[in-house]
Order: sequence, then C-alpha cells, then structure tokens
Amino acid sequence: MVKSLRKWWPLFVLPTALSFVFGFVIPFAEGAYLSFCQFISISNPTFVGLSNYAAALSDPQFAHAFWLTALFTVTVTVLVNVIALAIALAFTRSRLWGTNAFRTVFFMPNLIGGIVLGYIWQILINCVLANVGQQLLALNTHAGFWGLVVLTLWQQIGYMMIIYIAGLQSIPSDYLEAAKVDGANAWQTLWKVKIPNLMPTITICLFLTITNGFKLFDQNLALTGGEPSHSSELLALNIYSTFYSRAGAKWMGIGQAKAVIFCLLVIAISLVQLRLTKSKEVQQ
Amino acid sequence: MQRERTINRVLSAFFTVLSLAWVYPMFMILMNSLKDESSIGTSTAFELVGPQNAAGLANYVSALSKQGFASAFAYSLVITVTSVALILVCCSMCAWYVVRVNSRLCKGLYYLFVFSMVVPFQMLMFTLSNVADSMGLNTPFNICFIYLGFGAGLAVFMFAGFVKTIPLEIEEAATIDGCNPVQTFFHVVLPIMKPTYISVGILETMWVWNDYLLPYLVLDSTKYKTIPILIQYFRGGYGHVELGPMMACIMMVIVPIVVVYLVCQRYIISGVVSGAVKG
Repeated sequence: MVKSLRKWWPLFVLPTALSFVFGFVIPFAEGAYLSFCQFISISNPTFVGLSNYAAALSDPQFAHAFWLTALFTVTVTVLVNVIALAIALAFTRSRLWGTNAFRTVFFMPNLIGGIVLGYIWQILINCVLANVGQQLLALNTHAGFWGLVVLTLWQQIGYMMIIYIAGLQSIPSDYLEAAKVDGANAWQTLWKVKIPNLMPTITICLFLTITNGFKLFDQNLALTGGEPSHSSELLALNIYSTFYSRAGAKWMGIGQAKAVIFCLLVIAISLVQLRLTKSKEVQQ
Repeated sequence: MQRERTINRVLSAFFTVLSLAWVYPMFMILMNSLKDESSIGTSTAFELVGPQNAAGLANYVSALSKQGFASAFAYSLVITVTSVALILVCCSMCAWYVVRVNSRLCKGLYYLFVFSMVVPFQMLMFTLSNVADSMGLNTPFNICFIYLGFGAGLAVFMFAGFVKTIPLEIEEAATIDGCNPVQTFFHVVLPIMKPTYISVGILETMWVWNDYLLPYLVLDSTKYKTIPILIQYFRGGYGHVELGPMMACIMMVIVPIVVVYLVCQRYIISGVVSGAVKG
C-alpha cells in the first residue's frame, strides 16, 4: 500500500506543504535574515551585521518589557495553577452539588477572544478605579499590570481546571482506596498520592501557562495598549510597537532582531519542557 | 459522613458565589448595551438598567445598521469556516501520507511542522504580511491559505499522533479489496479519525475566530474588518466612540460563542483536553 501511496503526494501533501512554505517557511527565513539588516520595506535591505541586536539589547524599553513579562509570567503561572488545581480537587469530590454547572461557567471565558476580553475588563477596571478615586488605566501602571493578571486568571483558570480534572480522574481509584485503608487523611492523600500521580499533568499545565504568559499579546493590546508610555507593555507588544509605531528606518530592523530574540526565548522554554516530559515518561 | 456533607454544602455555596462573580463581567456588558448613550460612563458602568436610562434595543439596531457589525460577522464566519475546513481536509491527508510513507523528506517536513507550533507570530508578522501582499493573499478568501499554512503545525501533529495508533492491517485489507489510496483514505481512515477531526476542528476554530493580529496585518483593514478588528477599531477611538453600539457589538460577539459552547460543551472540553495533553 505504501508503495502505491507514494505517487499520490501531489494530492495528499502538496496543498498543505505549499501553504506552509508560503505561510511559514519563507516568512520565517526572511525574518531571520532581515534581523541583520536595516530596511523600511522588504525590497531594500542593507546588511548591517549584529548592530540591530546590539540596539535591541540596549533598548531600555525592551529590557523593561522583558522583566515585566517575566514577573507577569511567574505571577500568573503560580496563581493560575494553584487556584485551578484547588478548584479541580473540589470538583472531583464525591457528591458535590452543581459541579457540572460550575465547570461550565468557569471554562466559558476561555472561548472569548483576547481583544474582546481586554475591552470588557478595561470597562470594568476603569469603573472600579473611578469609584475608588484612583487614576484610570491609561495613566496607572500598577492597575495595568494587575488588571492584566486578573484578566488572565479569569481566562485561564477554567482551562487549566479542565485539564487538572481530567488528570485527577485518570488516577486509578485503587490508589485512593489503598490510601484510605492505610488510614491516610485528606491532606496526606493529596500530597502522597494525588500530586505525585498528577506530575505529568502539572508539567503540561505549567508550560502551557508559561508559554501563554510569554506570548500574551491581544489582551495586553486591548486592555492598556502599553499605556502609560510603554510601562505596561509586555514583550510581544513591545516588538509590535517597535515595528509599527516608531518613526525612523532603523526601528524595523531592531524590531525584527527583538522578534528573533523573543523566538529563541520561547524555543528555549519549549526545549526545557520537552526534556522534562521525556524524563518523566522514563520514570514511569 | 456528617462532616463531609457540611464541607460539600460550604463548597457549593462558595462556588455558587464565585460562579456569579465569574459571569458578572458579561452581565455588566449586557446591562450597558441596553442603556442610552448618555448614561454610559466610566464611573457608572456598574449601574443596572432601569426606566431612567433604558434605550431598548436601539444600540443593537445601530450596531447592525451603522457600525458594520453584520459585515464583520460575515467576514469572520467565512474566514473561519473556510480555513478550518481546509485545515481539516488538507492536514489530515498530509499527516496520513507523512506517517505512512515515512521517508526522510516526510520526517523533515514533520519536524518543520512541529517546530512551527513553537514559533511566536511576532517573528514573522512583518515578512508574512509582505508575502501575502505580493501574492495576492490579502482578501478574505485567500487568507485561508495562510491559515492553512499557519495552522498546519498543530493539525498535522495531532492527526499524525492518531494515525500512528491505527493498525496498518486495516488499510492493507482495504488495498487488497481493491481500494486505491484515495479511496482507502476517505472510506477507511477518515471515519476512524472522526474524534481527532472534532478536536482539531474545535481548537482551530477557537484560534481563527478570535485571531486579531494576522488578519489585521494581512487584510486591507479599511475594506475588510473581522470581529476582533472591528472591536479594536472602535477602541482605537477614531473620533467619537459610540459606547452603546460598542457594547451591543460585544454582546453579539459573546452570545453566539456562549450558545455554541452550551450546545457542544462535551466536544469542546474533550477537544481542549486532548489538544493540551498532546501539545
């Protein structure tokens, strides 16, 4: 069968491969090359070596965005996972009334797009700020950051909760019964039985929240747009604004260099994840 | 036992309150979408609708007739349906071929697909919009090819994962019975892969429907606005922003999503779980 299948590649592979080449491979290669060039449009690049990277790394706004993104990612990762796991543990208790309805509600925000979410929360947070007499989001860095954290919690807790519930339900009930027979209390069962068996799920959720946090763009753009003066700007938005809202020929190249650095960061995170999940598989 | 029951009662009460808080932001938008323009303000967003500020459905009428909501909805719908259909058909065929033929070229292609899942969009946003412009892919129909290329990573990865679990004997039996590869694929492989089609379809739909930056950069956004572009355009504040119709637009974006979600909840949740576990 494989032999006769071989000659059918124009039908089976070509459409996807062609779109992939034009939609991903060419832009990716061009982007990597342009990060070493100065350019305004794609037709007139001049090679400038590593100077874009030097400029990107010495741009204080980029450094600020990096540290803000790191802080944001750590905060969100810890909060989302702790809260989602706690909710999942409660929802897998026996005979808890209303579990299905609660699960439905908590997951819902996940389906609404980042731009719409950002706008909803901008209205809500501004209203709170106005009523307690604080500066609105456009002038308030702290509110911008914590607003983004709250928004992300609202969006992602439900998603992670679903994955944790699936993980908890796949723990064999023998383990839990054995723990009960041995006289373990709820706390001991959690730490000695449930969490160790949940480690693969925890790894997945941790990395999902970390990469989501690093790549966050829509919500950031819609909630604050980086205001006031770029102080609530995360990495992805910083790259975007370097490209499209700064005047001068040099910024395009610097933006592309920033994008390459950003891409390498995300790849590094994914490689660490791959290693961790692989090593977990061996242990089992 | 008595203690367990008390704990459950407390938890239920707690989660009931939390659920209400969870839906409050949507409820707030609903209330504001029914108010008249002059009673929507920064500090009064929490006020409920009452006889003193009710505007009936005027905001919805204005959003549909003047603000271009209907056309944005249509563009979003066309782009999403076409892109997801293309992704499902092309990527499942591609994944089956790549796994079964498994030549060096196929393996290379497969690893490229997996790699593309990791790369953030900012890396290629500028060059991609240029490629799209120069190839005429900047219209609502042609943008679907970009989505096919860009969504191929996740789709091929998930389909290939499933194909590896299908025993080869089934397909060989079909070949012996006289099926050519195309017939084998559509009559034998495709029905077996139905659960994966649902999962991939849901994940890609969620992505394309809500995607903002790609269509914004690729499409001529003065001519074609998808829903996220329209919302962001409002917010950008070109001149006076009419808040009432804006709220009505948000409501009309959320309601179809909620309805679809409530109807297909089981599939959506299992699709999301399998996507996460494999990704």
